[in-house]
Amino acid sequence: MIRIQSEALATEPVLAALEGDAPAVGAVCSFTGLARDLGDQSGVQSLFLEHYPGMTESAIQAVVDEASQRWNIHRTEVVHRVGEIQAGERIVFVGVSSRHRQDAFEACQFIMDYLKTCAPFWKKEITAAGDGDWVEQKASDREAAQRWADSDGL
Amino acid sequence: MAESSIAIRFFASLRERLGTGEEQLPAEGLACVRDVREQLQKRGDEWAEMLGDDCVLMAVNQAMAREETPVNPGDEVAFFPPVTGG
Repeated sequence: MIRIQSEALATEPVLAALEGDAPAVGAVCSFTGLARDLGDQSGVQSLFLEHYPGMTESAIQAVVDEASQRWNIHRTEVVHRVGEIQAGERIVFVGVSSRHRQDAFEACQFIMDYLKTCAPFWKKEITAAGDGDWVEQKASDREAAQRWADSDGL
Repeated sequence: MAESSIAIRFFASLRERLGTGEEQLPAEGLACVRDVREQLQKRGDEWAEMLGDDCVLMAVNQAMAREETPVNPGDEVAFFPPVTGG
């Protein structure tokens, strides 16, 4: 399931849903992204996440569909926050279940790497003064996704 | 109205700098995304600069598009900067 939400992101129920498929599955791998205390500039107090309702969900679904083609995975859960997010809060959760761990590990990383470069979200860093700067896309994020493309075209 | 016009959407830094997030543009004379982009760029320096950036991404009906992607009345065309989620 893919969920975009402005409320706090609780990982426990999502992990419980993934583990609830046992014993049909033998592995659950998840990634949780947090708002660091400092962004790319000092004085950052919170983040503001904007998205493109509709397109964001379909872009993530396309990445999940591609992961399902590449790996033998049972269930995928993606939750992403939007709106204002305080330092220390969870921004994103990606969880994958599968029969064996290798599929869950790789699919989880693949989905996260592509989410960062394909899903229309934009992050703004808000300072204590209330000003904000839009975050620039990192070359390292593009390279992380490119790695998968090099191994087998997307 | 939607049948004779194209819905235009801007996000993030483009939305802020251009001062609008959504508008309707008469579809007449607009055959592809490039036509939409060029028409909007004629509005002034800010528009020319923001939409002229090579990094700007484009979508038609919520799917990634290119300059030559065709547009039709009733379509939704979006312009936005490189994405930074996760």
